[in-house]
Amino acid sequence: MPVIIKEGRFIEDPFTDAGGAFVALDQYSAAVHDREAALTGIDVPADTDPQALAGLMNSVAAIRIAFPSFADGRGFSIARKLRRMGFNGLIRAKGHVLADQYPLAIRSGFDEVEIPNDQAGRMPQSQWREALARTQNNYLDRLKHRAA
Amino acid sequence: MYAYNEFDEAFVRERVRQFRGQVEKRIDGSLTEDEFKPLRLMNGLYLQLHAYMLRVAIPYGTLDSRKMRQLAMIAEKWDKGYGHLTTRQNIQFNWPKLKDVPEMLEALADVGMHAIQTSGNCVRNVTADHFAGAAADEIEDPRPTAELIRQWSTDHPEFQFLPRKFKIAITGAPNDRAVTKAHDIGIRMVRGGAGEPGYEIIVGGGLGRSPFIGKVLREFLPKAHLLPYLEAILQVYNLSGRRDNKYKARIKILVHETGLEEIRDAVEATFERVLEEFEFPSDLLTAEIAGHFEPPEFDNTQTLAFGEALEADPVLRAFVETNVAEHKNPAYGIVTISTKPVGGTPGDVTAGQMRVIADLAERYGHDEIRISHEQNAVLPHVRKADIPTVHAALKAVGLATANVGLVSDIIACPGMDYCALATARSIPVAQEISERFHALKLEHEIGELKIKISGCINACGHHHVGHIGILGLDKAGVENYQVTLGGDATETMALGERAGPGFAADELIPALERLILAYLQLRHSREETFLAAYRRLGAEPFQAALYPEKERHAA
Repeated sequence: MPVIIKEGRFIEDPFTDAGGAFVALDQYSAAVHDREAALTGIDVPADTDPQALAGLMNSVAAIRIAFPSFADGRGFSIARKLRRMGFNGLIRAKGHVLADQYPLAIRSGFDEVEIPNDQAGRMPQSQWREALARTQNNYLDRLKHRAA
Repeated sequence: MYAYNEFDEAFVRERVRQFRGQVEKRIDGSLTEDEFKPLRLMNGLYLQLHAYMLRVAIPYGTLDSRKMRQLAMIAEKWDKGYGHLTTRQNIQFNWPKLKDVPEMLEALADVGMHAIQTSGNCVRNVTADHFAGAAADEIEDPRPTAELIRQWSTDHPEFQFLPRKFKIAITGAPNDRAVTKAHDIGIRMVRGGAGEPGYEIIVGGGLGRSPFIGKVLREFLPKAHLLPYLEAILQVYNLSGRRDNKYKARIKILVHETGLEEIRDAVEATFERVLEEFEFPSDLLTAEIAGHFEPPEFDNTQTLAFGEALEADPVLRAFVETNVAEHKNPAYGIVTISTKPVGGTPGDVTAGQMRVIADLAERYGHDEIRISHEQNAVLPHVRKADIPTVHAALKAVGLATANVGLVSDIIACPGMDYCALATARSIPVAQEISERFHALKLEHEIGELKIKISGCINACGHHHVGHIGILGLDKAGVENYQVTLGGDATETMALGERAGPGFAADELIPALERLILAYLQLRHSREETFLAAYRRLGAEPFQAALYPEKERHAA
């Protein structure tokens, strides 16, 4: 079972627990025929052009972005771009995300992170909690804030 | 100069605290070297050939006496008593012990310094014209903009795990001393049609294995749009840059393979969206940051003493001729302190020398010091009347070598003496060149000549843009040096062309001697530099000097 990290805590997957599922983009329209849109999310690989999701910004419930390696930072830009395109639904990072990267993910627009169980064993909840505290007090927010 | 506010202070202290914990975990074994690596790289700590190396950021190459003295203290307390100035205006300590690094970072934080983002695939230390704020040809001081970019890029959530490292350089003068066209992004401060200040944005330059000259992405960008525009470029790069091959991962390859027009369209489309969200920190830029870069209160009294001292002392005269550049205030000069004495290691400065530089800056230089990408130190504001005194003090500690811009003012990477990537030695080659031409007593006769040496194809020594470039390779276990000719690092940037087959280490210095003596024969006059002569005549007569046997065979 993968572990979901939300607000610095390890939880079980609320989206799938409620009967939700993630499908690939090309299966999305077929999937929402069979199930509620609110329970259907889209799985996107790291090489996704966020523009391909432009038509779904108001309808899709959740988008799960893959992190094949912690060194591959494309997901941060995909999330930020989706937020800029007006997406207000759930965004989840899935894969090799390190606890030290958690603040970056939150600040880029992610709501939560999904990591494999073995990784959760090596990086316990305390590390994620501690990392979350570093989300505040950053240069970018300060620059934007000071401008207002 | 920029002084940390409470926010900067708290941010840097928190990073030191985090890193201290990570080092403890590494030492007690709970972190493996593999897991520790990305964490240490975020704090400028490399593992080199023989030891760890700590690279300390000197933002846009600007520091003061307090910072310089602290670097001297760090060099003595935790290293071997010296530091190494780099081509990105940073300073490296080559022999720290892992357990001491948190203390070193703490000592840096005490004076408003850090090693954040001096490594890793993120936006690196922003570099700028080392004569910024002093140069006679300057349109505007680029450092407030560089500081703004530093703040924006530090811990930027989106751009810490880019396809590859990302380097930005900025110049406020038409004469480009910041090598802007060989950076991922180069920024030139320009004026618009109505005289309004703005930027020209150059993208996709770089040296390394595949050298490219940067191309103009936007001819004029209003000042307030800078950060959203940079953000757009970085986002396009982060999403589209290659990640399948680290040697093809820089933005220069993306621009080259995709085409400038397509990249421009993508950047402009993203930029429009970013603009909607971004609030411009223009008031911050103009008021808070720029306030830190007000020019010092210049003392405009001129005296005859300077002229008289020049008249009386030929050694001082030679020093002023090469090492003092024109200041925007006629009563002042910009003094470059060469770190390249005959036979020395380019860029190495001892703790004692650092303290002398600090003392001179404090006493005679409005407390400002710069580090240049050519690995020298600069006192940007010295009253001409004080230059003889400053020169004498520098001479006493071996820092008065009158060779700036000359054949021995060489850029050299650390090479195989330190670097794990190097395929050949660089420093001994630089030392031999400077010793040879010193012995020939021809250095001043030869005039301006930029030699740049890299010890492998990653080109940290900028050999592609040296008037004479030297690239050290490994040929079946033997060092072999390729020579390129006609490179240029300035606003008229050109990549050097390979002259022919490489030279063994013992053949290289005689070949260079033939080459340079041939130039002296070929030039129209003393005013025609090596580069100008090369441009006028082409490669052929220079190749003939480098490879005389071939001439004989052809005859």
